Amino acid sequence: MAEKVLMKGNEAVAEAAIRAGCRLYFAYPITPQSELIEYMARMMPKANGVFVQAESEIAAINMVYGAAGCGRRAMTSSSSPGIALKQEGISYLAGANLPAVIVNVQRGGPGLGDIQPAQGDYFQATRGGGNGDYYTIALAPSTVQEFADMAALAFDLADKYRNPVIILADGLLGQMMEPVEFQPAKTEAELKVLDNQHLDWCCCPNEDEPNHHHHEINSLEIDPVVLEQHVIKLGEKYDKITANEQRWEDYNINADNEILVVAFGTASRICKSAVDELNDAGHNVGLVRPITVWPYPYDAVYKAVGPKVKKVVVFELNLGQMVQDVKIAVNGKVPVEFMGKVGGILFSTDEVKAKIEECLKEAK
Amino acid sequence: MKTEMICAGFGGQGALTIGKFLVKAGMNEGKNVSWLPSYGPEMRGGTANVSTVISDKPVGSPVVAHPDIVVALNQPSIDKFGPMITPGGLLIYNEDMCPNGIDRTDINIVSAPMTSIAKEIGNLKVMNMVAIGVVMGKTGLVQKETMLKSIAPLKAKAPELYDMNLAAIDKGYEIGKTQ
Repeated sequence: MAEKVLMKGNEAVAEAAIRAGCRLYFAYPITPQSELIEYMARMMPKANGVFVQAESEIAAINMVYGAAGCGRRAMTSSSSPGIALKQEGISYLAGANLPAVIVNVQRGGPGLGDIQPAQGDYFQATRGGGNGDYYTIALAPSTVQEFADMAALAFDLADKYRNPVIILADGLLGQMMEPVEFQPAKTEAELKVLDNQHLDWCCCPNEDEPNHHHHEINSLEIDPVVLEQHVIKLGEKYDKITANEQRWEDYNINADNEILVVAFGTASRICKSAVDELNDAGHNVGLVRPITVWPYPYDAVYKAVGPKVKKVVVFELNLGQMVQDVKIAVNGKVPVEFMGKVGGILFSTDEVKAKIEECLKEAK
Repeated sequence: MKTEMICAGFGGQGALTIGKFLVKAGMNEGKNVSWLPSYGPEMRGGTANVSTVISDKPVGSPVVAHPDIVVALNQPSIDKFGPMITPGGLLIYNEDMCPNGIDRTDINIVSAPMTSIAKEIGNLKVMNMVAIGVVMGKTGLVQKETMLKSIAPLKAKAPELYDMNLAAIDKGYEIGKTQ
């Protein structure tokens, strides 16, 4: 086992990205993700990589577009208002079938909001914040370790499907330190394999190919007949991702659950503490934590609604966004309730417990 | 066993570092730990605090609402976090900067003139290490040996300061053991 180190989420995901073969990183600073860009500024040159502090978030995402178009592992990161600015570029990446990783260390919104942790960008991440018919794979970590592990996963998924992947973290995960174990860094030979995997479509000159085939990276298809086929193909890709890549965690799910809690990311950690305390007191509460928020694990949430579950309660650090997906998943089987906190304020374990206790009482 | 702690003081007093060294030592003892700082538009001399959890089980919520231990380096920290301490819990504070102390009888209280001790040792910067010593001496939250091992890499960076850190830890440890 590798040695454990104590690290902030922002730094851990940066280190893990470099180890996963990210050699191009472009970003613009913003709290609460600035440690990520600072770490990249410090470490990317040492890894023979490229670090650019772009003149804006929009420039950064378009630099990612260029690097991804050359078939290289490229990444950008920001926090909510900065991610909003990147949406045009993300839509273009999706339209051009480009693999890339975007980290969103969410803060309070809308607008400039504040700099405290929030989950208000769920809709943006799961519905596609830019124009057109597209989805980005969206991974929601809940610990610093998982945040770091998702760097490699995000790049692998991005490469596999040629699609942008968003890591949807928040200010708490970015700022908090926890022990992390890193995967070994990719070797030169492994990096070469990564670099070569996209040679059949990317813009990077391929010296090995006899006719140096010309590739075009583009999201503009002016002929509707061509665009129709292009978008249909994108749809088929999204269907494949939906079928293959749903991830979630079952926490104390059993046939005797009285209440089912659904929460993701930071909110799920606070809920787990509340669930533990309630179960220690003799109740039986289960929890499902979606790890991919797109594709959403609808079936897993539905299946977690056991025969004795009277209510499903959703906890989010927003006004109620994922709860819509939970309602689709539960499909009217039992009532779905919601509790949220906004403005960068977290709910306490006690508040979550009180809400679940209220539901337990009503269910009796 | 799970111990939740809040360390607080003026920005620059080293409150966040107290938490960092303690959780690092906890991690090196194989425990699950989390370190969650307050962050915001603060400046030097503003308030700073950190919530830490050291636990046998994986850490759920890293947010601490009912600390078992509060380390307060100044009076505003006692005023803010003192009332949150769980009954039977522990308040450790810096006598030199907490003129009012706390008005509670249901918790354990250990105080030390941390600023004066640090000055005596020769550097105000090691004040927070006195506090770390008190925490370890009083609670055994982490073992002193682990702590010394955790901070050993600092020796190469600044040998003189490192020695003062050790002196500060020893002094605090002694106070924690005896009070």
